[in-house]
Amino acid sequence: MHRTRAVVLGAGIIGAACARELAVAGLDVLVLDRGGAAAATTAHGEGNILVSDKGPGPELDLALLSRRLWPEVLADIAARSAGRPPRPASDQAAPPATRAAEWEPKGGIVVATTAEGAEGLTRFAAGQRAAGVRAEAMDPHELRAAEPFVTDRHTAALHYPDDAQVQPSGAALVLLRDALAHGAELLTGHEVLGAVTRAGRLVAVRTARGPVGGDVFVNATGPWSGEVSARLGAPVDIRPRRGEILVTTPLPPTVFHKVYDADYVGAVGSADTGLQTSAVVEATRGGSILLGSSRRHAGFDDRLRPEVLSAVAATALRLFPALADVPVMRAYGGFRPYVPDHLPVIGADPRLAGLWHAGGHEGAGIGLSVGTARLLRELLLGDRPSLDADPFRVDRPAVLGTSDGARDTHAGSTGPPDSTGTPAQAGASGPAAVADPDQAAARNMTEEGA
Amino acid sequence: MRRRSVVVVGAGPAGLAAADTALAAGADVTLVDSAERPGGQYHRMLPDAYGARAPEAVQHGYRSFERRVRRVLDHPRCSWWAGAEVWALERRDPGGAAPAAPAPSCPPPKVHVLAPAPGGGPRRRHVLEPDALVLATGAHDRVLPFPGWDLPGVCTAGAAQALAKGERVVVGDRVVVAGTGPFLLPVAVSLLEAGSTVVEVVEAGARARVARGWLGRPWELGAQAGKAGELLALTGVLARHRVPYRFGRAVVAARGDGRVEEVVTAAVRADWSVVPGTERAAAVDVVCVGHGFTPRLELPVAAGCALRPGPRGTSEVYVDVDDDQATSSPGVYACGEITGVAGAPAARTEGALAGWLAAGGAPRAGAVRALRRRRDQGRAFARRLAHAHPVGAAWPGWLRPDTVVCRCEETDYATVCAAAQDPTATEARAAKLATRAGLGPCQGRVCGPTIAELRHRHGTGQPPAGPTDPGSHHRPLAQPIRLGELARPPAPPAPDRPDLAHLPPEESGS
Repeated sequence: MHRTRAVVLGAGIIGAACARELAVAGLDVLVLDRGGAAAATTAHGEGNILVSDKGPGPELDLALLSRRLWPEVLADIAARSAGRPPRPASDQAAPPATRAAEWEPKGGIVVATTAEGAEGLTRFAAGQRAAGVRAEAMDPHELRAAEPFVTDRHTAALHYPDDAQVQPSGAALVLLRDALAHGAELLTGHEVLGAVTRAGRLVAVRTARGPVGGDVFVNATGPWSGEVSARLGAPVDIRPRRGEILVTTPLPPTVFHKVYDADYVGAVGSADTGLQTSAVVEATRGGSILLGSSRRHAGFDDRLRPEVLSAVAATALRLFPALADVPVMRAYGGFRPYVPDHLPVIGADPRLAGLWHAGGHEGAGIGLSVGTARLLRELLLGDRPSLDADPFRVDRPAVLGTSDGARDTHAGSTGPPDSTGTPAQAGASGPAAVADPDQAAARNMTEEGA
Repeated sequence: MRRRSVVVVGAGPAGLAAADTALAAGADVTLVDSAERPGGQYHRMLPDAYGARAPEAVQHGYRSFERRVRRVLDHPRCSWWAGAEVWALERRDPGGAAPAAPAPSCPPPKVHVLAPAPGGGPRRRHVLEPDALVLATGAHDRVLPFPGWDLPGVCTAGAAQALAKGERVVVGDRVVVAGTGPFLLPVAVSLLEAGSTVVEVVEAGARARVARGWLGRPWELGAQAGKAGELLALTGVLARHRVPYRFGRAVVAARGDGRVEEVVTAAVRADWSVVPGTERAAAVDVVCVGHGFTPRLELPVAAGCALRPGPRGTSEVYVDVDDDQATSSPGVYACGEITGVAGAPAARTEGALAGWLAAGGAPRAGAVRALRRRRDQGRAFARRLAHAHPVGAAWPGWLRPDTVVCRCEETDYATVCAAAQDPTATEARAAKLATRAGLGPCQGRVCGPTIAELRHRHGTGQPPAGPTDPGSHHRPLAQPIRLGELARPPAPPAPDRPDLAHLPPEESGS
């Protein structure tokens, strides 16, 4: 019998998670990457698995699904590799197969430092609670006990016990190795150059090393999704959005949760239009503190900008003034896959049969990877989806380059202006169901795609 | 007409010469160095290191060095930034993941400097926008790992010499100096002068090869001939102190309870594979090791300069420069050890050429022709040096699975090998995050070339990055910077402080 061959384009965390889901489901999976695995966007972020930064709506639903799945997936992998029934994953003494993920359900703390910030945070949390998020108000004593070095000048603080952290490159490799253990294949050094179609169906991708055939193709190329989909003849408007992170020298324990700033600070001290920074502060297992983060549109220009690093440092110090004398030993930047309406793209491409997309998670892809993969597998195999996948569908104006937001620039957006999406369809999901994109952006203040 | 502004990074022999000739060509010069005094690694040891032996040429060299320091630092068009560090270079060309060759008219990168604040406190940020940038950042010791190299009591040859001559601190009573290269000799002599007992000097290269490299074709040495003579004089000092200078042996282990008590050397073949049964232990309290030098390339890489592989059989890479010392990055010049390790005289020549041309000096002046000739001799000398003291390819043979390779993160050899063979971790970055090798405070400055070499050797699957890939030298943050220093906006480009524009008292007095 012919097993369905799924070719996953991209071996970042989304591609790894999709490959694993499909391989576990019994498909014949091949993962292609133009470089090696888990080394681009996946290896340049913080490893956030967050529910705290998302308002009620489809992205939060996906985040809650993913948060539930992460420990299950890690427990499954550990059990398979050890040949015993799964047990819930714990952060203590992770087994070798999943240790590299550095899973830490450490919880997040969001701190407001202005009156307006406190008001907004309190209102925001009320909406989240209604959607099933645990968000616990902290009084100053609780905050001090939880984070002794945080600023005194706080006006409100909330504890989100369900926020978690992984080492993102390691987590991706844990997922990928499990996919390989389920029979998947990895082909590195294969760049997708174009499509081979037959009767309007994608039957192979062309690479410099020859065509690679399959029954379904999953575009999981992150910020390069726009370019790869254009090469395949079905462009989606996913573009790079630059982010930078600072890494301090190793310290004794100083920061105990994922701590971030509720006050979104736009264009701080910078004439650089489009630069936004917000404070994200957390420790890693190695003892370093990671300080994020910035957002700006700079194409694929990978050069670090000192003034951006300065802005990131300034916002972080507002949250943790005690870190002023701590040396930063490294800085790195990466590209988030950005969609103008700030929602991931998950589903079949209506223009080219056989092509599926799983991308556009902006800064939330590490956390959302396992939920995205689950949803993709359910859609692909015709199973009942774990949640309503309609908001993530491919033929929406923001994705096909037909919305207002997509008109604002971008060389990479080559979407045909008259594709299937219409404003009426965009409205169909309704303001009640989907948070206003700009508000979502403002709330989406932390990310790991940096 | 506005005068040309030239920023020179590094005030060692190359950078100081560059500043000198750039001033002579009429430019405004800003000379930046992290040390309090000019001279770099080389002149830090003077005059004592050689002075006690008083070879006339060296003494003369020191006097001319002092004259040059005075001439540069007292020059009205020179701004001397002592104790200042360049922490980032910001390219001004339109670029990206695959930048096209920038237009030749594009200005060099902005230079982000951290300089001491007047009266102490956090350092201040300054941003310089020169017309030309001269990089003379030098090199640091390369040390190959061996079992026990992470014990206290193992130090780099350079560190031992700096302590002995700069701080007058004796690193140990009984010392073995080991590795490869001519630098082992002045280190051993410095230790002798500081009062240590040098048990032996152990050169891994075979005697015949070293002798051939140094003594063959003497007519090619030209201006470098003094260097060879100097080294012969140093071997004479060793002989007087009855210190054996052994060839074809290497340190293969250091042992001790909490610190070095004993060093194990063994005979090695031409490829540095260990000859079984030749191991010999000696009681010591310090082992000084140096296996050549690693150029400091983070700033050239940040500036976008193309690199070139070193001489055949070596694993180091250097900045690629043309006949004018110009790099592939417009307005950026490179000189000294970052273009090839050839010692101070060659570095001075390169610096003089780079400074003059960066400042817009006439490219066909007679003096320039002479400089080019001497520079070419210097390059020949660098090749000679590399051929005389290659690092043998079989050196990992003395590693054990549990030998620490990255000291900051305590990553061992077995972990690095396993990652190199992992088909899912073919990218250096994924492997680095998986093994943590290179993620610690030294940011791979010590272990980077070693890790790259071991991955190349043990890797399966993907071909490694090309020999001139900036890989292990890619450190966009070239120096650590405190969060508070980074967060503050930059101060005006010119330091408004007279204290930075003058020599510290101990230098300006005499």
